[in-house]
Amino acid sequence: MEVRAELLYTEEHEWILIEGNTATLGITDFAQNKLGDVVFVELPEEGTIIDANEVVGNIESVKAVSEIYFPLAGEVIAVNKDLEEEPELINSVPFDNGWITKVRIETADLDDASLMNDEAYKAFCASE
Amino acid sequence: MTASKPGLGFDEPLIFEYSESSNRGVELPETDVPLSSNPLAGSSLLRESTGLPNLSEPEVVRHFTRLSQWNYSLDGGFYPLGSCTMKYNPKFHETAAAIEGFASAHPYAPPGCNQGIKSLLFELEQDLAEISGMDAVSLHPAAGSHGEMLGLMLIRAYHQDRGDTKRTKVLIPDSAHGTNPSSAAICNFQAVTLESGDNGLIDLAILDQMMDDTVAGIMITNPNTCGLFETQIVEVCELVHQRGGLVYFDGANMNALVGVSRPGDMGADVLHFNTHKTFSTPHGGGGPGAGPVGVKACLAPYLPTPILRNQDGKIVLDHSPEKSIGQIRSFYGNIGVLIRAWAYIKTLGAEGLRGMTEGAVTNANYLLALLKDDFDVPFADQRAMHEVLLTDKKQLDESHISTMDLAKGLIEEGFHPPTIYFPLVVAGAMLIEPTETESKETLDLFANTLIELSKRDAESLHKLPSSVPVGRVDEVLAARQPVLRATQTKSN
Amino acid sequence: MRYFPNDQAANQAMLDKIGVESVSELFTSIPESIQLDQALSISEPRSEYALLKELKKKASSYPTEHASFLGGGVYRRFIPSAVGALASRGEFLTAYTPYQPEISQGSLQAMFEFQSLLALLSGMEVANASMYEAASGVAEAVMMASRIRPKAKKVLVSAGLHPEYFEVLKTYLIPGNLELIKVPLLGSGQTDLKALEGLLDADALCSVLQVINFFGVIEDQEQHQALLSGTKTLNIAVLSDLSALGLLKGPGDFGADIFVGEAQSLGLPQSYGGPNLGVFACKQAYMRKMPGRLVGLSEDAQGKRAFCLTLSTREQHIRREKATSNICSNQAHCALWVTIYLSLLGEQGIRELAQLNMGLADYAIKQITGQTGIELRYSGQVYNEFVLDLPCNATLWLDKLLQEGLLAGVNLSRFNSEDEGGLLVCVTETNTKEEIDLLVSKLKELK
Repeated sequence: MEVRAELLYTEEHEWILIEGNTATLGITDFAQNKLGDVVFVELPEEGTIIDANEVVGNIESVKAVSEIYFPLAGEVIAVNKDLEEEPELINSVPFDNGWITKVRIETADLDDASLMNDEAYKAFCASE
Repeated sequence: MTASKPGLGFDEPLIFEYSESSNRGVELPETDVPLSSNPLAGSSLLRESTGLPNLSEPEVVRHFTRLSQWNYSLDGGFYPLGSCTMKYNPKFHETAAAIEGFASAHPYAPPGCNQGIKSLLFELEQDLAEISGMDAVSLHPAAGSHGEMLGLMLIRAYHQDRGDTKRTKVLIPDSAHGTNPSSAAICNFQAVTLESGDNGLIDLAILDQMMDDTVAGIMITNPNTCGLFETQIVEVCELVHQRGGLVYFDGANMNALVGVSRPGDMGADVLHFNTHKTFSTPHGGGGPGAGPVGVKACLAPYLPTPILRNQDGKIVLDHSPEKSIGQIRSFYGNIGVLIRAWAYIKTLGAEGLRGMTEGAVTNANYLLALLKDDFDVPFADQRAMHEVLLTDKKQLDESHISTMDLAKGLIEEGFHPPTIYFPLVVAGAMLIEPTETESKETLDLFANTLIELSKRDAESLHKLPSSVPVGRVDEVLAARQPVLRATQTKSN
Repeated sequence: MRYFPNDQAANQAMLDKIGVESVSELFTSIPESIQLDQALSISEPRSEYALLKELKKKASSYPTEHASFLGGGVYRRFIPSAVGALASRGEFLTAYTPYQPEISQGSLQAMFEFQSLLALLSGMEVANASMYEAASGVAEAVMMASRIRPKAKKVLVSAGLHPEYFEVLKTYLIPGNLELIKVPLLGSGQTDLKALEGLLDADALCSVLQVINFFGVIEDQEQHQALLSGTKTLNIAVLSDLSALGLLKGPGDFGADIFVGEAQSLGLPQSYGGPNLGVFACKQAYMRKMPGRLVGLSEDAQGKRAFCLTLSTREQHIRREKATSNICSNQAHCALWVTIYLSLLGEQGIRELAQLNMGLADYAIKQITGQTGIELRYSGQVYNEFVLDLPCNATLWLDKLLQEGLLAGVNLSRFNSEDEGGLLVCVTETNTKEEIDLLVSKLKELK
């Protein structure tokens, strides 16, 4: 199971990459493995203003649906349109081309959001 | 197009793939009327073609006959599907529904014309009320989930009528069938999950915490989806009633209760039946069924219109009950299906209905006795009713064989699999419901087969089924690139 | 009892294996206080022979040999014998829902053909595998529209919508906060599109138009769509007698977003109004928001074509309270029946069917207006149904005609008690010249 050191993680098995005040979100290798073959991704619309921990979309496999929660408040500035034609990118490259959405955030909010570092996330997965 | 393969081949073209021709399969009634030219001639409303294929009658007959041969069916084999009550569909019922005075009956004919069918429906209402211990019945719902929606609307109307608008929640056990929370959502109720106790039953302490004046009611299936009777059902209903709520009873598992115990006596305020489960109406590949709803007197004023009433010996349709919620469908019900249910109840009578229940519960417990030494039985200390819940825990631990493997193995051996991965409260569930119309021989064969499969090598099971018309179908492809029709181009 | 295959001996052997003395021990988990101590008050078991006699007696109250001009959402269709013969095969009739595709390709392929046929006829991009019937289908269409545009709250509905469909829509909308607004009809019988135009704003969720309305009049779908294009208001088209699609373009060709139809009109027995068959179709873009089962094309591991239920994540068994609908069992067998009927009819057959219906109705209208002095209520072009203004009380007259071998039409006072003389007449391919002439002669007697 792959976990990357430079990323932060949520309890919903999502990863976040912080670059300045842009947060990119995807789901982790653990999550994609559990979900199975992804068949469809419902992406948020660019420009949507979101609250912390709001459902911004969902990921469907044949037999299940998983909601995508964004842990911080902000504005959706980009979505990965490749996922419309190739939802399977989430399975094959969950950390790279399988990214889901980019959101403009307030970096000050990072302290309040309970995001885990890679070590904490590995431990969290082990306990599940 | 390819000619259909001779004999029992399994390679049937779509009707759209037959060669272009000007064949016809129907000769329409001739007429003496001098038909004038089309009043719409030249109008932009007219279409050029429909794109319907042209087949002759023998081609149509061969096509659908061959398609039917691809199907597993109840007439052909055992369906041990838990929660589905796949019992024999009597052929007499087909004759009954096809009687011309029923099949040709138009609902808008003057009232006297339909006296016969109305009296049949009225009798069915009365028998269903007696079976369930309820005060009134509506035959309108087209299916069980339609009945659930109706039941919840009635509960909603009841509270609204009393001026109680705080009750926005419905409690639903975590073992419930998916239609329960989705029906609640359609009625704008918030579906709140009620965690089961460790014994798989409703936990009164948990219910006590969750049942308050924001809860409109509870939806219960009894026996529940683990096949267990809710032993504290009376107390559960009393607690809900004490706190001002009503009890919805999902009657999917009535095959364990008819003639033995009645939801009305347990405390239910409203229930639905599935005629395509308990009352043997055929599944038809997914419907039509019917979901009649029974209610206690407190909910009767809200029943959907029109309501059948006995007016001095004549059965009439009352279209204007004052507090009715309105209509949930056009006309009066899935009548053809209801005729079959009437015929079943009248054929069996009180004695036969009790025999049905006893046979169902005997058969299920017999299967359990045959399987319990080889499979994990999650709630082994409780009596199973009409269905048996097993899991793949033992097989997964010992030989990496899963419920899915066993299911595909059963298909290979000529059986339809049981209900798998439901209920969600246990992992790897196999819910097995034999019904009373399966013979001991069939049950012995099924049990032996399942046990034998569980002792095979896991790898060998992964390739199954192999001796069926198609192998494992790629459901991922179907969902990623949905193709839902034969031709994507539009007709004009 | 002939349906129970285990006799005394077999039952005893099973009870022995279970380890109980009698079957009553199997019910010990049911508290005694709620166990019945006497038999249900239901009749004694009865033989097939006796029941069949009773059923025939009950059925005899319906005058099957009368000439009938009843329509209004349930249509008299000639049903070829081959349909019942094929549909009644046990492999179709007694099959379960095709959740295990490997052993249900028969049902699945037939459903795929159904979806394809109805998409072709309606001109829509995607059709599902059925809803219960048109009325609840209309309600589900409006609920689907609300999922597409959650902020808009006004539902505009033509007064030409079948009154029962309207009642059902009203009931389904009770728990929510959508507002129903009726758009009136003009003297022609068509919907007042100017009035509709006045109601179109950002809050107008959808416009529901029955394209050949309850009173038989053909609506102006082109103009309706023209009004809606440029707005976000969704176009929901409804149709009861689908045979009209043999001649007329489907709502999809006029830009409908969602289409709801009543496929009882495509060869199902009338059966006192049920089971019927709801057709539900929509644009490809909305596919994931539609209710009901969908059959999709796929293949097996050997690359052989195969069908399976798909996009199931919309449905209740996976999505539970977030499902697009609570529908589980649908009208699958009725859909099979209609698929067989349409396969027999073919391109030529359905065109002829529509021409017959329209032509026979046209003849009836000309005879009635020419000979009897009785007027048509609406001036708009009709398909196979029309409303007459009788110069008398329709209820009394219809009762009289019942005695004279005629079911002359649907009494409109059923739907509006003040409309004492309104009669909805439906002519189909099942009506002979003799029957039409009989109706005309009876109408002549009124003036």
